[in-house]
Amino acid sequence: MEVLKIATAGSVDDGKSTLIGRLLYDTKSLTDDKLEAIERSSKKKGYDYLDFSLATDGLVAEREQGITIDVAHIYFSTKKKSYIIADTPGHVEYTRNMVTGASQAQASIILIDARKGVIEQTYRHFFINNLLRVKHVIVAVNKMDLVDYDQQVFEDIKADFEKLNAQSSYEEQDVTFIPISALKGDNVAEKSDAMPWYTGESVLAFLEALNPEQEELTAMRFPVQTVIRPKKDEFHDYRGYAGKIYGNSLKVGDAVTVLPSLTSSKIKTIEFFDKQYEEAIAGSSVTITLEDDINVTRGDILVKSNEVPQSAKTLTASVCWMDGKALVPGAKYEIQHNTNRVLAKIDSIESIIATDYSGEDVAGTQLTLNEIGKVNFKLSKNLFYDNYADNKAGGSFILIDTQSNTTAGVGFIG
Amino acid sequence: MSKILKTNALESEAIYIFREVVAQFENPVLLFSGGKDSITLVRLAQKAFYPGKIPFPLLHVDTGHNFPETIEFRDKLVEELGLNLIVRHVQDAIDEGKVTEETGKYSSRNMLQTTTLLDAIEEFKFDACIGGARRDEEKARAKERIFSVRDDFGQWDEKNQRPELFDLLNGKIEIGQNVRVFPISNWTELDVWSYIEQEQIEIPSIYFSHKRKTFVRDGLIWSASKYVYREEDEEVLERIVRFRTVGDMTCTAAVESEADTIARIVSEIKTSTISERGARIDDKRSEAAMEKRKQQGYF
Repeated sequence: MEVLKIATAGSVDDGKSTLIGRLLYDTKSLTDDKLEAIERSSKKKGYDYLDFSLATDGLVAEREQGITIDVAHIYFSTKKKSYIIADTPGHVEYTRNMVTGASQAQASIILIDARKGVIEQTYRHFFINNLLRVKHVIVAVNKMDLVDYDQQVFEDIKADFEKLNAQSSYEEQDVTFIPISALKGDNVAEKSDAMPWYTGESVLAFLEALNPEQEELTAMRFPVQTVIRPKKDEFHDYRGYAGKIYGNSLKVGDAVTVLPSLTSSKIKTIEFFDKQYEEAIAGSSVTITLEDDINVTRGDILVKSNEVPQSAKTLTASVCWMDGKALVPGAKYEIQHNTNRVLAKIDSIESIIATDYSGEDVAGTQLTLNEIGKVNFKLSKNLFYDNYADNKAGGSFILIDTQSNTTAGVGFIG
Repeated sequence: MSKILKTNALESEAIYIFREVVAQFENPVLLFSGGKDSITLVRLAQKAFYPGKIPFPLLHVDTGHNFPETIEFRDKLVEELGLNLIVRHVQDAIDEGKVTEETGKYSSRNMLQTTTLLDAIEEFKFDACIGGARRDEEKARAKERIFSVRDDFGQWDEKNQRPELFDLLNGKIEIGQNVRVFPISNWTELDVWSYIEQEQIEIPSIYFSHKRKTFVRDGLIWSASKYVYREEDEEVLERIVRFRTVGDMTCTAAVESEADTIARIVSEIKTSTISERGARIDDKRSEAAMEKRKQQGYF
């Protein structure tokens, strides 16, 4: 079954939980016992409607405060696809969670309250979807029932948003506007009769038609996770390189170069469990063997010999900071780039994105929790890497605090 | 030779996670309950390291109240695949006075498993425990990371979890800490059953429709057994049932079902209006039952 990963971001007031609840309900993904539990909790809280956020806000603290704090994962399926929603909070203090949700997403839903139009939060959501280059963005203008399903309201919001979009450097991004009422179910799973002026699809129909696996092909990257050397007589000289294929497909016979050693060989076999294949597409976890007996270990990346990326002892990246301890020049972190780790020193902070996400940059000497800025790094050794805009797997990394071991930030090279 | 590998995204993700565990940790273990999810994990691990053997042992925390069918199945699987199985018993912790057996109508050894698990982690110095928990099972589990760091008391700090971005898993820990790893986090119950069907994976017989002596309490069907407390007015009847989820006898309720093949189970689940954990007695203790247990080190 096809799997589609979606990110949603927003606050309770946007009707985000109602939208998710509606998608679950209309695809019959909510079982009776879960529905009853929501009814019971809603009643206990004195609500006269079903509060679907009670199904997704899994932590006691979240239910107490009525807010989403952490990323929740919600699952539903249709006959065609399995959907995984990473549901994240929309407030500025949870930017890091939004980035986390968007990092996994093939499509993203930005909710706008029809009565309020484009607000600061919209800027932030759009900026993050842009930075992370989420290919498909649905701008769902919600609560259309509260503005009498007025086309003009929708068109005005769309025009405002398109001004925002005009500043985007990610031209291939596919932005679709859909007027909805999550509460009433208009244009969520079914097309609405209330808005005959809208000729597009419902949210679900749009998602059903997406086919992200066949899009966005880039250079192939195969980071080696582990070397398989079975200690069995029948596989005496066997050396298989286990990993997941990113960017593009890999074929038997392809000429490949091993990074960072720059030694070359050809793909001898592509194996998955006890079978061999001529070709495997991006996203496949496979084991490969090479024609030549060369030295390959975890952390190495196999690339096609005509697609070797740049290498340098420095790099510049947009960093979203996720730790309570601020990022400052001079500090050392471990960079995890694919399956490889190198020590890095913060050289300087070039600029910081203004927190109103107006597109302005500000100067600063440190990057604090939830801030995004451009950072220059010095590396302890040469690293082969891509620009994130050209290659997601080769152009992203996390920063690990060498004392606390926590994941302190994420970087997008370029 | 087959032409193009058709990728199953969930399977590919799980295999990727298994390989990260073996590369990033020194002493991993697979927590094996004999249920369908941990059986699925064994198959995925087999695929991840083929033609090598599964490079870590299995740990079964035995409450002593298991369905005999599960234990029989476990031993057969271990034998067939040449796996290394470690069993630790809740009974030992009770005998040593570390924990006290619950009494009364809802008594269960489910909570007591935590102590035995944490002791085993300490005994063998496991740094990664791979489990079959899924985010769709329960709303506290929906918040769980793929690599979930626990302190030396096994505690889950749910408000301070490491961000997980892209496929970049960070398994760096201090000595004494360990990581719980959930390779099938993103699978739903139906995904697991469809996979079992597709792969023709063998599972214990209690998952299939069978006759069993049972009684009804709080709308759930309980197994009549010497391990399960029963009031005199709770009448035992033979029913045609099967189990959708397998914990031990004291925490798992049966469902009435005629499904006697995997295909029939898959179609039953597709049309079911009750969730899988609707038959878990241990979850019904309170709305936050799972979150509380996880904070204490429960798997």
